[in-house]
Amino acid sequence: MLTFTIRRLILSVPTLLFISLVIFLLLQLAPGDPMAQVPLTVPPEVKEKMREALGLGAPLHVQYWKWMVQFFWIEPQVLMDHWFGTTFAEGKQRVISWQTRSPVMDIVVQRIPQTLWVVGLSYIVGILIALPIGIYSAYKQYSVFDQSGTFITMIGFSIPPFFTGPLLIVVFSVQLGWLPSIYDTTHVVTDWASFKVQFMQMVMPVMVLALQTTAQISRYMRSSMLDNLGQDYVRTARAKGLREGVVVMQHVLRNSMIPVITVIALGVPSIFGGAIITENVFKVNGIGQLLLTALFANDIPMVMTLTFIFAILIVLFNLIADVLYGVLDPRIRYD
Amino acid sequence: MTDQTQDMPASGATDPYAALQDKEPPKAPRSQWKDVWDQFKRHKGALFGGGFLVFITLAVILGPYVWQVDPQKLDIRNKDMRPIYVALWNGDAKVGWFRPLGTDNLGRDILANLIAGGRASMAVGWAAMVLALLIGTSIGVVAGYFKKADFWLMRFTDLVLSLPILPLLLVAVTLFREPLRANFGPEGGMFILIVGVVGLTSWMQTARIVRGDILALKEREFILAARSIGTTSGKIIRRHLLPNVISPIMVSATLGLATAIITESALSFLGVGFPSDFPTWGKLLADAVQRMEQYPERVVLPGILISLTVLGVNYLGDGLRDALDPRIRGR
Repeated sequence: MLTFTIRRLILSVPTLLFISLVIFLLLQLAPGDPMAQVPLTVPPEVKEKMREALGLGAPLHVQYWKWMVQFFWIEPQVLMDHWFGTTFAEGKQRVISWQTRSPVMDIVVQRIPQTLWVVGLSYIVGILIALPIGIYSAYKQYSVFDQSGTFITMIGFSIPPFFTGPLLIVVFSVQLGWLPSIYDTTHVVTDWASFKVQFMQMVMPVMVLALQTTAQISRYMRSSMLDNLGQDYVRTARAKGLREGVVVMQHVLRNSMIPVITVIALGVPSIFGGAIITENVFKVNGIGQLLLTALFANDIPMVMTLTFIFAILIVLFNLIADVLYGVLDPRIRYD
Repeated sequence: MTDQTQDMPASGATDPYAALQDKEPPKAPRSQWKDVWDQFKRHKGALFGGGFLVFITLAVILGPYVWQVDPQKLDIRNKDMRPIYVALWNGDAKVGWFRPLGTDNLGRDILANLIAGGRASMAVGWAAMVLALLIGTSIGVVAGYFKKADFWLMRFTDLVLSLPILPLLLVAVTLFREPLRANFGPEGGMFILIVGVVGLTSWMQTARIVRGDILALKEREFILAARSIGTTSGKIIRRHLLPNVISPIMVSATLGLATAIITESALSFLGVGFPSDFPTWGKLLADAVQRMEQYPERVVLPGILISLTVLGVNYLGDGLRDALDPRIRGR
């Protein structure tokens, strides 16, 4: 297993390099000009100087190499400095945002907690709702509960978050006035009352994202349980007189969780992608919203870095899913 | 055998082989597609889903001929009208039968806009789905059939699968909007761009499924037979392999249609879709979000249309999957 993990880790390096190259070339091919916003009164030679200062004059491979050095070599050093108080990265050129003229990673680090709170919590909530639904609807296949569960998950699949979001806002913020429609990220939890405010403002974005997760995972859970419920070992377990709860919750559930856990791991990156829309609806200033504003402002270093972070997440969780699959199921042997 | 004849002395007494003879002429053989249709009919959700998809497609195609209001026509005097049903609970509301679903803040008719938006959304959905199917099927077939291409094509598919799709879509659409607009006009350029990026980023699942099926089919005897009488590779693929993988392709076509419609709407919602005077369902929804407190119907109507269409397509795919799977069919 360890060799497999190491091999996969090594293999993910060319994958990530390829992805970074694709993103880089895409951004280079794009016709947007970061100097477009500079006033026309600025003389052309000054503009050319500004362009060079941004590193735009250099040939493509030099630009790509410099970005790689900055992202893979200097930024980790900055992180080390931050953690251990060393001075590796002092005076070195970091990836600078064209919008704010500050290091991209600093802004990303400021924005990530909001995204993680909303996205992470919604994923956990979604899974916690999905698992019991999946288990019970498989156990009572074709019952009313199963049928309506299937219908609701179909709806969860089909209603896009940019519709559920405004819909929930109309119902709960406008008509009923129970929940705030905008997520206030400056809110600090100090006591019980402020915790309640934080809770109230998180309900809607979390539920919108959780609906998607629930729909997907409960379907996987159901079909995985159905696969196992018909197996011989289940009949054996029942025949030797085990209680139904033990048969279902221990024998069947444990075996059914194997594929579901990999699906859960694989779904993490896509929920980050979905968060772009949800963050936009509820005005959460996470990394999804950061990506959007950077795109509209033609801030190429920021877009490049953020897209690449999404790519790292995907590759990482694919790897985690593969390794988990091997660890959980002794029948799977990669070597 | 002897037990059976003893059980049935009446028929067995005269002719010992009577039970083995066919009394009536055998029924005409059933075609595969009739079986598929019979199974499909039993899936109520799929029937409704397919029916709704046909209905909505016809509605957006024929709608402009029935409801002949120009969706772009500004009618400032009649702006901000409510749908006719609002009159049921609010007698003072500004409603009128000549604008059954109301008008927007510039007085444009919402019903006409929904029809026009549906045309755009469905056109993008179908075109992107067809593009994704073409790419996915050809890559899947080539990878499955030609051993040399398999490794590299599948590595390439894996690489594309690990690209962050939504961010890349956003990047591509924002950055390539201007040149395509300049070349093909604002609507045509955007259509090509969105269909292109959605199609180019959603073919991977189809390719994987098709490749798997082709790999299994390739080893079967009928392919060997075809090859032994000298059929060329191209002919084998067209005559023998493609008809056999049509069912997974159809299932992924429905999924692709749903994804394409949702992706287009999401892009429009995020403000990188079609220009603002060119309605699509996602665009209508996004434009209405600003004032949804006063006019919730402007958000709800396009949202419901998107959701119902996607729901119908998903159910259709579900039913197709069951109907086209010979292991499930007939149970």
